[in-house]
Amino acid sequence: MFLEQLINGITLGSIYAIVALGYTLVFGVLDIINMAHGEIFMFGAFASLLIVSKAGAPLPVAFLGAIVVTAAMGLLLERFALRPLRSRPGASHLASLISTIGVSILLENVAHKIFGSGNHLFETPFAEISFTIGPVTVYLVQVVILLISLFLMVGLSLWLSRTRAGKALRATAENLETAGLLGVDTNRMITATVVIASAMGGVAGVLVGMAFNYINNQIGLSMGLKGLAIIIFGGMGSVYGAMAGGLILGLSETFVVAYGSSGYRDAIAFVAIIVILLIRPQGLFGQAPAEARR
Amino acid sequence: MKRTVRLFAVVACALFAFVFMGAEKPKGEPIRAKIGVISIITGQGAAYGEAITNGIKLARDEVNAKGEVLIDLKVEDSSGKQEQALAAAQKLINSEKVVAIIGPTLSNEMFAAGPEANASGVPIMGTSTTAKGIPQIGKFVFRNALPESQAIPASVGQAVKKYNIRKVALLYGNDDAFTKSGFDTMKEVAGTLKLEILTIQEFQKGQADYKAQLTKIASLKPDAVLCSALYNEGGVILAQARKMGLKVPFVGGNGFNSPKVIEIAKDAAEGLIVATPWFGEKSDPKVMAFVAKYEKAYGKKPDQFAAQAYDAFYIMTNALKAAGTADRAKLRDALAATKNFQGVLGNFSFDAERDVVMAPNVLIVKDGKFTIFN
Repeated sequence: MFLEQLINGITLGSIYAIVALGYTLVFGVLDIINMAHGEIFMFGAFASLLIVSKAGAPLPVAFLGAIVVTAAMGLLLERFALRPLRSRPGASHLASLISTIGVSILLENVAHKIFGSGNHLFETPFAEISFTIGPVTVYLVQVVILLISLFLMVGLSLWLSRTRAGKALRATAENLETAGLLGVDTNRMITATVVIASAMGGVAGVLVGMAFNYINNQIGLSMGLKGLAIIIFGGMGSVYGAMAGGLILGLSETFVVAYGSSGYRDAIAFVAIIVILLIRPQGLFGQAPAEARR
Repeated sequence: MKRTVRLFAVVACALFAFVFMGAEKPKGEPIRAKIGVISIITGQGAAYGEAITNGIKLARDEVNAKGEVLIDLKVEDSSGKQEQALAAAQKLINSEKVVAIIGPTLSNEMFAAGPEANASGVPIMGTSTTAKGIPQIGKFVFRNALPESQAIPASVGQAVKKYNIRKVALLYGNDDAFTKSGFDTMKEVAGTLKLEILTIQEFQKGQADYKAQLTKIASLKPDAVLCSALYNEGGVILAQARKMGLKVPFVGGNGFNSPKVIEIAKDAAEGLIVATPWFGEKSDPKVMAFVAKYEKAYGKKPDQFAAQAYDAFYIMTNALKAAGTADRAKLRDALAATKNFQGVLGNFSFDAERDVVMAPNVLIVKDGKFTIFN
């Protein structure tokens, strides 16, 4: 049972991690928490659901579709909910927090209108492929989810640290005006960040559908809150922190059920987070540039 | 002196009675009344609210078309929250001045709205509130939802007999009065049937991943799983359980009884056993007519929530007819006197405590649909 629960925990944790990566990217650059991220993630899940089960297209198309839909939503979010506030002098950066909350409520209700409130079956032949190692049955999906989350983590951190675009992005994060003076198109960088973060939410949406077989219009809320807890826990703006935090939360939730009481699943996981934050207030990987630069 | 006062009072009473009798509506004139509905229109659980309001609206259209009573419905959203259910009840009672309230949807909400309606002397009837202690809130509080304490012994008992079940695992939603009370009953029934309880697992509403709990249950190898969940979570639980190889019979509570379970879980729903007041495949003409009308109006089959709401509206308006006037206290007395009402759920009466008297059906999912279990 231990191995099975370990796999359950890693799968759940990897999904949390991808959701958290989307938050952490936007926070690292813009210093805002994008409360609509969870709902964008949910739309990614629904977009892929429609592509897979209604249009019968193969899985890669579903990923592509989810990425396109969520990237477009990220673009609209930046254009209409973030940029107008950014250009206003004197607007508190809490203003954009509120505007993204507004967007999240809007999106949740739009999803309710379009898809209804029940659970939708997410059926793909790919999700049924499994192999047995000793006494344990592993689904290929579970392996793929872990790989995708690791790939996104490594890719993202390489992109940020090694490429020109990543450098421009970090410069933008460091200081908007100075980066602008040095020839960085800051608006474009910010838009790119929000779009990439949203597209990652889309990927996470497809993975949730494949892993749990079900999606509904509320998953954005529950997953989004977990993602938010993870970036605080892992260290705001830290890519590795999001990954580690996601895995720790996923594993602790699973093992609380396995060896403790399932009624305290969330409670114990979050108490653990609070304890770690008391010891390391900056989070696990918290020498984050977002804090150090001030 | 005293005697004259008393005499005067008697005369006055008689006079008043006379005047009021005269004021009573002549036959043929319809009774007009406002009935409030509190239901979940938005948020988690809106699927239940949708079925309930659909059932009520269908019944209203039929009743109003007959013309004996003309009902003006006032629907309020509770979002599944206690405080909002209470606010909705206060609004309906004080501003809308409704004669009675149907709803709210969840037992949790009824524990907030029920005492308020009771204190204001407004009859309130839950159509889906099956937790223990609902009618005991007060003499204005009714329900026509079969409590799990009646449904679950029937389903568990029959399953145990048929499959020779000895060891069971229990799984339930711990954040809802409805599923919690179902669990309490299951535990009690397991005790009286001398079943060994291997483990008790909990989950929360809206959870997406039940694998941790199910892995644990599967490792203990029970003969059956007694699961108290609403269909939205229940369907997902079944699908994930079957996928990981947990193939034993599942006995569900009242909330499991919906065609939606099969819609959500597909093949994984096979072998699910439930006891339910509502069975839509009955050859009773009343049931068939209701299913046909509902399907025509809303494009889907009615579930238990729709059927109970539909019957509740008829019980309410029948009582209104018996009371003869849109008066809250008289309506309450007429409601409490409801006996042998023939609705789509079958023969229905209130007992002395305003609780349900009716016989449940035990069903099993076979070949993609509910059939009578035997």
